[in-house]
Amino acid sequence: MSRQSMAKAHQKIQELSWEPMYHQPVSQYGTDYTFQKAKKKDPLKQVLRSYFPMQEEKDHRVYGASDGAIRGNMFRQVQERWLEWQKLFLSIIPLPEISAARAMPLLFRNVPNPELHNGQAIQMIDEVRHSTIQQNLKRLYMQNYIDPAGFNSSLRDFQNDYCGTIGRQFAEGFITGDAITAASIYLTIVAETAFTNTLFVAMPAEAAANGDYLLPTVFHSVQSDESRHISNGYATLLMALSDENNHQLLERDLRYAWWNNHRVVDAAIGTFIEYGTKDRRKDRESYAEMWRRWIYDDYYRSYLVPLEKYGLVIPHDLIEEAWNQIWNKGYVHEVAQFFATGWLANYWRIDPMTDKDFEWFEYKYPGWYDRYGKWWENYNRLSVANGHNPIVFEDVDYQYPHRCWTCMVPCLVREDMVMDEVDGQVRTYCHEACRWTDKVAFRPTYQGRETPNMGQLIGSREWETLYHGWNWADVVSDMGFVRDDGNTLVAQPHLNLDPKKMWTLDHLRRCPPLASPNVLLNEMTPEERTAFHSNYVRGGPAGRYAPAEV
Amino acid sequence: MTSTLERSLPKPTFTDAEAGAKEFPDSNARTFNYYTPQKRKPSHYEDVTVEVQPDPRHYLSQGWLYGFSDGRGGYPLEWTALKAWGSDRPVPVRGPGSGGKGYDWPALGWHEFRDPNEEWELSLYRYNSNVVRQLTQNVEAARQSKAFEQWNRNWINFVERHVGAWMHVDHGLGLYVFANANRRAPTNMHNNAISVNSMHRIRSAQDLALYNLTLSEEIADFDGSAHLATWSDDPAWQGVRRTAEALTAIDDWCEAIFATNVIFEPLIGELFRSHLIQQAAPGNGDFVTPTVVGAEEYDFAERDLRYTKAMFELLTADREFADHNKSILQSWLADWVPRCLLAARTFQPLWSQPDAKPPRFEDGLDRAKTRFSRIVSDLGLTITAEELNK
Repeated sequence: MSRQSMAKAHQKIQELSWEPMYHQPVSQYGTDYTFQKAKKKDPLKQVLRSYFPMQEEKDHRVYGASDGAIRGNMFRQVQERWLEWQKLFLSIIPLPEISAARAMPLLFRNVPNPELHNGQAIQMIDEVRHSTIQQNLKRLYMQNYIDPAGFNSSLRDFQNDYCGTIGRQFAEGFITGDAITAASIYLTIVAETAFTNTLFVAMPAEAAANGDYLLPTVFHSVQSDESRHISNGYATLLMALSDENNHQLLERDLRYAWWNNHRVVDAAIGTFIEYGTKDRRKDRESYAEMWRRWIYDDYYRSYLVPLEKYGLVIPHDLIEEAWNQIWNKGYVHEVAQFFATGWLANYWRIDPMTDKDFEWFEYKYPGWYDRYGKWWENYNRLSVANGHNPIVFEDVDYQYPHRCWTCMVPCLVREDMVMDEVDGQVRTYCHEACRWTDKVAFRPTYQGRETPNMGQLIGSREWETLYHGWNWADVVSDMGFVRDDGNTLVAQPHLNLDPKKMWTLDHLRRCPPLASPNVLLNEMTPEERTAFHSNYVRGGPAGRYAPAEV
Repeated sequence: MTSTLERSLPKPTFTDAEAGAKEFPDSNARTFNYYTPQKRKPSHYEDVTVEVQPDPRHYLSQGWLYGFSDGRGGYPLEWTALKAWGSDRPVPVRGPGSGGKGYDWPALGWHEFRDPNEEWELSLYRYNSNVVRQLTQNVEAARQSKAFEQWNRNWINFVERHVGAWMHVDHGLGLYVFANANRRAPTNMHNNAISVNSMHRIRSAQDLALYNLTLSEEIADFDGSAHLATWSDDPAWQGVRRTAEALTAIDDWCEAIFATNVIFEPLIGELFRSHLIQQAAPGNGDFVTPTVVGAEEYDFAERDLRYTKAMFELLTADREFADHNKSILQSWLADWVPRCLLAARTFQPLWSQPDAKPPRFEDGLDRAKTRFSRIVSDLGLTITAEELNK
């Protein structure tokens, strides 16, 4: 950097933008929001002359640490329980990152203030950085960790798997639909401002406690860019708030974005942190404690609530409900249990919980053992193939759940399951807020107002539908989750790499066929469905069947 | 005696979880197996880039999950009129009991594109850091040696107006052609290359703006805001401005990249940078401006044009749609070449403004046309002398 001050340099680059005189830039993405053209300040205040060397220096640190990790044999100390969950996490996260890059142009024509576009372009290239640096971390794990399976097939696995599909919302939600809903409210106001704290700060701390200091190195470097992106979102939000016509849409979008992020991110990161760790010190924070600190206090109370005075309607009820789900309804535990139930459809290994884990869970979440302890003991008992089937087919008092049409996480808190007929199909939802998202929010009218730019929920949203009636060995082969001997599964319900202890396609061949809950539900008569629903919501916790009615 | 509480720390455990510790199925399968590398071994660039952006034609069994209001999700192929092999095959229909399989990878010719610059974060930050560092040093060295004192008044006017006005071209194209197009292409390899191209242009715009700021501080009477009036009002610039704005108005992402990098840049960008600034500056005592402008010239000639050619060569040699693509590309040439030549000609008055004149405008334009013709023929397309001399 020359003698020029950053402030002067930044002031100078404001001269770059210009208003078109002959042709307007192409308008390719619609929004139902309206923005008034007004002089704005670039919230990033980033000059590329300092930006590029700054990022290069951050890279030097990251790659230096990577080199050090290999030379220092970090993988002799890494907990396999932890690294296995990274097969899921690192298969998901590069896509949301790159999708954030792709999302930036959605804002160009809709936020008509060229001063903001410079920051959006820098966010674009930051996100390219994040995506490729994370792919590189995964590559390093694949090359140096004991079990490369699941890393080596990562992106095919992620794209074919129901867990990947849940995670993909955290990417596709950024790039389609109403441009402001997607690229501003869902991406920057909620995903980046609220949930990257748990993703990129809380989770790396847990990685370090499990002998993995590369994840913190990479993700803290990523997080140092996020603060800039939060400024981008804030500037756009304030502009949107200045027009009262937008308030109704802001209320809708905050409700949708908040609830969907909670359902998706808390499911995944909560599971990684609570069930992927071997660090059971009683004074280490639980995910619930981290959530309370990072999301409830730092985001909700410090960031969102002060915006109320500008007219932002904050979904207080859904924020309290998210906490209620995590603290009282065991949301994270229910999700982890489901991932473990369906281990055979995954591409990573899930370590059984031990007495030490039980003790920690009971200490952090009083009542945990009564709910989940017995099931995890069964998981442990059934983890090595010994003439029995995978746990999902065994009698362990676990009712295979229906899937939520909106967030695609199964309806695990049974009492909250909602059923509705939408677009000619009977659908199940994990919570009323998800039903509202599908039936009310993602529609071309909202509360009587035309919303022609709102997006649609599309795709084959229930994974089981695709494999209805299939033998499980064929399902896993079709997805490609098989190791290089052509028979051993990538996924295992334990960490033992002795080939004699590992599950194979032969084991799955003898299992009952896969049945799609949604297909079966739609085959029922209305009366049968009503009866089914009233029974389902009496089930749980921990997936237990409803008690017999007396 | 004082006592201290034991600090709570996670205990390191030796797990022996390193590669090679055990033999079991997949224990030696340490390459990504979901794509076919372009060469015998996968490159680092491919590993961090390929398949990050999904495609329901090969994997993505549940399809795109979120759509625009018309129900289209992801990266519709129809966002360009060009086609790569496989484009006309429908997306595999998945439903009850269909399974998840699509076509064999790659399923579409689009996925065969690899950026010859192999751009990913490590390469793009390293390259651009080197550029800004070198430029800063060049300008600083010139400042310390009082190099700007050699400039005559006419050259000062020229730099403040015309070199300055080019920053607006860079900025506009960087944001509204290239950054905009990074949402549109069907693969990650395309979109990453395009986003890096965008940053080259935005960086070049800022390089010129900050150079302009230095000159304002170093040269008495240097009007640091003259570039604004030149860009807005100078008739010699309005053809370039009109064309640059028209490029930002293109809907088809391939057309936007093609018209900008294959037509506009050789006929206008290089004409301005290589055949005017680089030639005129030395004779007017200026050895600094060519280093600033030269950085952008290198970006284009050695990197951005390189990926652009690789991208379009694949399409003009496509095993299924070569003729279709050539025909559309020819129509784009027919549309954009006259516009760019007209804009180039409106630039002509600039050649007579410096005291020490650069080579004649017509000579520069001829050289630009020759290079342009070579680029066009390398792509398997044709441009006649008549079309170039209209």
